Amino acid sequence: MDIFLQQLINGLTLGSVYAIVALGYTMVYGIVQLINFAHGEVVMVGAMVSLSVISALAGTVLPPMAIVLAGVLCAVPVCMAVGFAMERVAYRPLRGAPRLAPLITAIGISIILQQVAMIIWSRNPLGFPQIIANPVFEIGGATISAVQIAIILGSFLLMAGLTLLVFRTRLGIAMRATSENPQIAGLMGINVNRVISATFVIGAGLGAIAGVMVGTYYGIAHYTMGALLGMKAFSAAVLGGIGNLAGAMLGGVLLGVVEALGAGYIGEIMDLCHISGISDALAARCAQDGHFVLFGSNYQDVFAFLVLIAVLVFRPSGLLGERISDRA
Amino acid sequence: MRNIEKRFGGLTALDDVSLTIGHKEIYGLIGPNGAGKTTLFNVLTGLYVPDRGEYELAGVSLVGCKPHRVVERGIARTFQNIRLFGNMTALENVMVGRHVRTHAGVIGAILRTRRTREEEAAIRSRSRQLLDYVGIGQHADALSRNLSYGDQRRLEIARALATDPKLLALDEPAAGMNATETAQLRRLLVTIRDDGATILLIEHDVKLVMGLCDRVAVLDYGRKIAEGEPGQVQGNPEVIRAYLGGALP
Amino acid sequence: MADWIARIERLHTHRAAPWLGIALIVAALMVLPFALSSVGTAWVRITNLAILFALLSLGLNIVVGFAGLLDLGYIAFYAVGAYCYALLASPHFGLHLPFWAILPIGAAVACLFGVLLGAPTLKLRGDYLAIVTLGFGEIVRIFLNNLSQPVNITNGPQGVTLIDPIRIGAVDFNRTDDLLGLAFSGPIKYYYLLLVVLVVAIVINLRLQNSRLGRAWVAIREDEVAAQAMGINTRNVKLLAFAMGASFGGVAGGIFAATQGFISPESFVFVESIMVLSMVVLGGMGNVWGVILGAVLLSFVPEILRYTVEPAQKALFGRLLIEPEVIRMLLFGLALVLMMLYRPAGLWPSKLRKRELSKTDQD
Repeated sequence: MDIFLQQLINGLTLGSVYAIVALGYTMVYGIVQLINFAHGEVVMVGAMVSLSVISALAGTVLPPMAIVLAGVLCAVPVCMAVGFAMERVAYRPLRGAPRLAPLITAIGISIILQQVAMIIWSRNPLGFPQIIANPVFEIGGATISAVQIAIILGSFLLMAGLTLLVFRTRLGIAMRATSENPQIAGLMGINVNRVISATFVIGAGLGAIAGVMVGTYYGIAHYTMGALLGMKAFSAAVLGGIGNLAGAMLGGVLLGVVEALGAGYIGEIMDLCHISGISDALAARCAQDGHFVLFGSNYQDVFAFLVLIAVLVFRPSGLLGERISDRA
Repeated sequence: MRNIEKRFGGLTALDDVSLTIGHKEIYGLIGPNGAGKTTLFNVLTGLYVPDRGEYELAGVSLVGCKPHRVVERGIARTFQNIRLFGNMTALENVMVGRHVRTHAGVIGAILRTRRTREEEAAIRSRSRQLLDYVGIGQHADALSRNLSYGDQRRLEIARALATDPKLLALDEPAAGMNATETAQLRRLLVTIRDDGATILLIEHDVKLVMGLCDRVAVLDYGRKIAEGEPGQVQGNPEVIRAYLGGALP
Repeated sequence: MADWIARIERLHTHRAAPWLGIALIVAALMVLPFALSSVGTAWVRITNLAILFALLSLGLNIVVGFAGLLDLGYIAFYAVGAYCYALLASPHFGLHLPFWAILPIGAAVACLFGVLLGAPTLKLRGDYLAIVTLGFGEIVRIFLNNLSQPVNITNGPQGVTLIDPIRIGAVDFNRTDDLLGLAFSGPIKYYYLLLVVLVVAIVINLRLQNSRLGRAWVAIREDEVAAQAMGINTRNVKLLAFAMGASFGGVAGGIFAATQGFISPESFVFVESIMVLSMVVLGGMGNVWGVILGAVLLSFVPEILRYTVEPAQKALFGRLLIEPEVIRMLLFGLALVLMMLYRPAGLWPSKLRKRELSKTDQD
């Protein structure tokens, strides 16, 4: 099996999900300059709701695709409601407050959502029922599953849709205007509050779909799944340039690929037995185990953070440049 | 300052501007909106790095100095849109200004050594002095955000003076002041000059500049179009053109 | 609450009252562990943990409260201090250094980590800094979890066990000693030790606050550009805040390792960082007494709930519906949200903020 191609496929799948979640961060940041810390939790809620729906319908006569679709159709409005409520309760009252205030409420909201999800669902990881056959195709020595194809295709459709929305509709124009300058946008007759609400709601909707995607991909959902996913997606958004839609997409895919390739190869790269000549002790150890891996794939989660830190330190405006007005 | 040039993207904000400010002089810098006055200011105080040119204070080059180094070398500034530490008292604001001339570190602060205590007392008394000097001593313990507009302007000057500047750079200190406050400000600036500081003044209020400054330079579109004593500059045709048909009083 | 603060305020206006008040508080603190241990030794341990959290909160207060830098990975410094102690005083490496040697080492190493993290990142915007510190906290934890391979440094997820208790001369903090007819158990001894450390920490915090540096920190928090224009080397001064905060975390971590005798990466997860942050926010950012109040409240209320809510639920519903742990977490989340929305200055606002409030009342 070709490891490189395989990891590339896995990375692309994961990266598409990151991209969709990153869009949620970047839209909100672009419009209100706020890190919606609880966005990862919205994704988790999406996964949980769809899991409940799919599990409930699993035994019925409905065709499997319809069941999954029902899961998505339930998860999206629930998450949208959560996103809407979140903005109303925790962020809107703090508009104009010091930057850190909404960030702190966002953390609070994130914890509350996690705990409530734990009460509603479970403390333990929940398995998605395997209702659809997941045929696996072979290409060039690697495999790709139907779910992976669906995730990648679905993500691209969503991204295309969002791009159309932002650049071709009245709402999109209002969003871009608000992001440039909310005061002026308000004077131009745009209902800024409604636009900001809409941004949160759309972001949450995308998050819900991303939640369904991760859930079905890994076949598992857990009330803490949003935190790490959120962090990674946020890193992706920063990598691409926060506030920049194309940047979020590029950053997400890139981060997914880097992470997957890193996980696939780091163990090999960091195996000191390649250079066992430099020390007798090392050679002895290598002769014994065959490997002496300094950092293995168990450090996978570190990559995203390292990418994040490196980007922020060396190129804070990201790959494609940030699109936020500098009025802080 | 010699041959200063600063570009933002394709826009040249400052084009080959040279100024020399004499010791104990009040030097006015005027010009229409967007002429590059504040940009020049930001270059001088280290906020912007010029694309070309040199500038020095008393023979020491300041090129590439970080803002805090510039203050150390002896240039202090105020801001066009007042930037006080709003949640600190007036006195504390001025005490922050003493930072650069004092030394107490972590160890001194924690052990509260005699030296630290003496320094702290000196900071406090000097700061009170400065508040009295600019005429707001009675508001020492008020939060700076609660001061009146004119008093905030004075407090900014006191805070800048606390750094013992050789050159005090004021960015539109009279903006938004009423006639009485402006008159008070003028008296204050003369006193500061007479007490040994040099002042660089950016101002919109042409009357104030003309009445107060020893010399004036006029900027327009990033270029210096005139320099000299107020009377001379006032009659300069290019200056009159810059101010749209000579609305100079 | 406000009423209670006002009453204390009134006490302050009396000349003799402060001394009387302080004497009463000292006496109460001295007797407290014995009173608690009559209820149950667990309560002494809980108190000790509360003091540890107060220590942490005071450290974070320097970073968040004074300098206005949001650090979401603060627990990493606690972890560094704890692991320093654990590795230098346990059978894991066969090292058994005395605590007075390790605590400064722990503080120094934590401080070093603070500088390592701060030096490249402190120029970032506040919210970016927050996220980077969060990432840093996670990285430290992941390393602790995995540094058992290929060379066993941290012993991975199993953690380090059999950590030496603190010994001062012949006094072993693990045993019960009788003195003056009173039984000083291990936790009680740690209580007094922690109390001493806490007092030192409070003094350091207060003195820093009213110093040249303290003013520089607040100035940076208020307006960084203006602070720079006043000649403050903002990068160094911020770094100093980070390093100071980290050292507090390092010391607290060392004592934590000694009191527990066992540590693992589990103790240093992100949620713990948030817990400390909640304490600082709840009490009042920037105010030393407020921060301690926050730490004590958020340490005790969940424990009290544990002892009341659990039986109450069982009595009412016949089974446990919501675990106390969940209530605790909900409490932290709510504290963050509600405080920011309705009382951003905290339960016990700093003098400055209070002045600000009373001023607006007069207007």
